[in-house]
Amino acid sequence: MSLFRPNWQALAALLATLLSLTALPYTAGMSAQFSLAVAVLLAAGAIVSMLRLAAGLEALVLLVASFGAASMLIAGLAGATGTASAGYFASLVAAWLLGWRLVTVLSGDGSRTGQTAGIVAITVPALFGIWVLILWECIVRGAGVPFVLLPPPSAIGLRIGNSLPILAADFRQTVLKAVLFGYVVGSLTGFLVAILADRFRFFANGLLPVGNMVSALPMIGIAPVMVIWFGFDWQSKAAVVIVMTFFPMLVNTLAGLAASSDMERDLMRTYGAGHWQVLMKLRLHAAMPFIFNALKINSTLALIGAIVAEFFGTPIVGMGFRISTEVGRMNLDMVWAEIALAAVVGSLFYGALALLERTVTFWHPSYRR
Amino acid sequence: MPETVISAQNLDLTFETNDGPVHALKDITLDIAEGEFVSLIGPSGCGKTTLLRVIADLEKPTGGTMSVNGMTPEQARLARAYGYVFQQAALLPWRTIEDNVGLPLEVMGLDRATRTERIRSNLALVNLAGFEKKFPWQLSGGMQQRASIARALAVEPAMLLMDEPFGALDEIVRDHLNEQLLKLWAKTKKTVVFVTHSIPEAVFLSTRIVVMSPRPGRIHEIIDCDLGPDRPLDIRETPEFLKIAHQVREGLKAGHSYDE
Ligand SMILES: Nc1ncnc2c1ncn2[C@@H]1O[C@H](COP(=O)(O)OP(=O)(O)OP(=O)(O)O)[C@@H](O)[C@H]1O
Ligand SMILES: [Mg+2]
Repeated sequence: MSLFRPNWQALAALLATLLSLTALPYTAGMSAQFSLAVAVLLAAGAIVSMLRLAAGLEALVLLVASFGAASMLIAGLAGATGTASAGYFASLVAAWLLGWRLVTVLSGDGSRTGQTAGIVAITVPALFGIWVLILWECIVRGAGVPFVLLPPPSAIGLRIGNSLPILAADFRQTVLKAVLFGYVVGSLTGFLVAILADRFRFFANGLLPVGNMVSALPMIGIAPVMVIWFGFDWQSKAAVVIVMTFFPMLVNTLAGLAASSDMERDLMRTYGAGHWQVLMKLRLHAAMPFIFNALKINSTLALIGAIVAEFFGTPIVGMGFRISTEVGRMNLDMVWAEIALAAVVGSLFYGALALLERTVTFWHPSYRR
Repeated sequence: MPETVISAQNLDLTFETNDGPVHALKDITLDIAEGEFVSLIGPSGCGKTTLLRVIADLEKPTGGTMSVNGMTPEQARLARAYGYVFQQAALLPWRTIEDNVGLPLEVMGLDRATRTERIRSNLALVNLAGFEKKFPWQLSGGMQQRASIARALAVEPAMLLMDEPFGALDEIVRDHLNEQLLKLWAKTKKTVVFVTHSIPEAVFLSTRIVVMSPRPGRIHEIIDCDLGPDRPLDIRETPEFLKIAHQVREGLKAGHSYDE
């Protein structure tokens, strides 16, 4: 058994580190010694990690080398925006490769116990996200990408930290009022109308073509109309959200109500069960995967709808309002702060629904244990 | 003389399909007395399931009359005169085994104490005590089918309609369930109408075997088959048993035309 266990990420990192030595220093703000220190750290990390080490130790070595080098590279950009040499990017690639290797080591061979699997399930996506931010920061600042094109994440983070009251007010206006109200009312009425349309078939036959037409209407068209009908404040945005979420719920619930099998319905019939009993004990349960599908689709639609609807007239608060005005003022960091807020809200909303779905439809073949 | 509980007179049923009418049942006349165990046997597509579904009011005949317990099938269904066991267990996956057995009892509006007692006794009857809290997908196919039988029995119907309930199970499990079903029938004296493809199963279980033939589905022959109340599985090796089995086989052959 040899002492050495080569792998391609570490070897490639080593190669990139060597290449980076051809263009020292890395930036105008880094001395040649400091650049060399980064290269030594990367090379040492790559070599040591290829020795036969315990998995934990190997992960530690990779963690120190990749993140240590990354933070030195970020520090080296201070006051030196846009001066990064080819060597800078080569060592950035090396650090990133070691980070990749770290994820590979953490994921292991898949034969993990339940406990560590849970930790890995959280750390791997987290590491991935952190690396996206690091690369974004280093490339944008290192290459001197203009601020209006893409601000670095550090500037966006700073803007978020300095604008918490504004972001909170926008969140209240857009999410807590327009999105939440519109989402609940739109989904609930869609659901209830589906129950009625299922009971009285002619109703469904009349409604579905209208529904298809309405969902084909461009939101850009209905948003100004809603402002005229319901005023500038959040009510008109909620109305847009209601229109957008109503039909996905209606259509999905109707499909879900047809999802129980003929045999299951015959079974209920042999018990002499009435329409509402069959609905409560059989068909609604079988419809749950469809209903959750609609709830998840609607969570995305509601957020988009409320934000875009604010482009068409609004009081001077709200996420959509902020985005449209700050774009005009070239304050792109504020725009990105709102985008980040929307992304976080959207992911949490979706994640919470997915979690709820798992508990409610635990019996579905895709969740069974 | 036991009372007639199921009576079909010149029953006809034609399905209107996109490829034209399908004559599923033709001129079926059959009386079944209380406490009988009647098997329906015949080649695939001869209308066994359809006949059972007409009895259960899951299908309306297009001609002739059907009466169940002296009522129309619909009245009998609403009076919960029968328990129906489908070819698949059809247990609801979001309900535990005990809640599945309790499903018809909830529909009937029985109180909790009665439900609990009936669930317990019927699960014990099919040897599923201890599996109350499991979900259907955690059980084997044979156990699921037993749970579905417990569910049909929990209604405490005087009549059981069973459509190939053991069709998907292996030979050993099937033998075992046949024995259990026979014991249950001997004990409770329920009227059973039982659809099967298996000649030994039909002969082992039945008091009468109705041999059906296809296109259009009709009754070819009715064979009496009373091997006495006490039937161990070995009875299938005896000459009496083999004689009846032979008779059924001949009936099936005669009713089946292979030249199409
Ligand atoms: N709902 C239906 N619509 C149209 N045709 C049907 C319907 N149900 C049954 N049939 C037809 O009626 C005939 C009898 O069907 P049935 O299911 O009663 O046969 P079976 O004897 O139970 O067959 P198997 O042994 O395969 O279960 C078949 O030709 C079938 O195609
Ligand atoms: Mg059948």
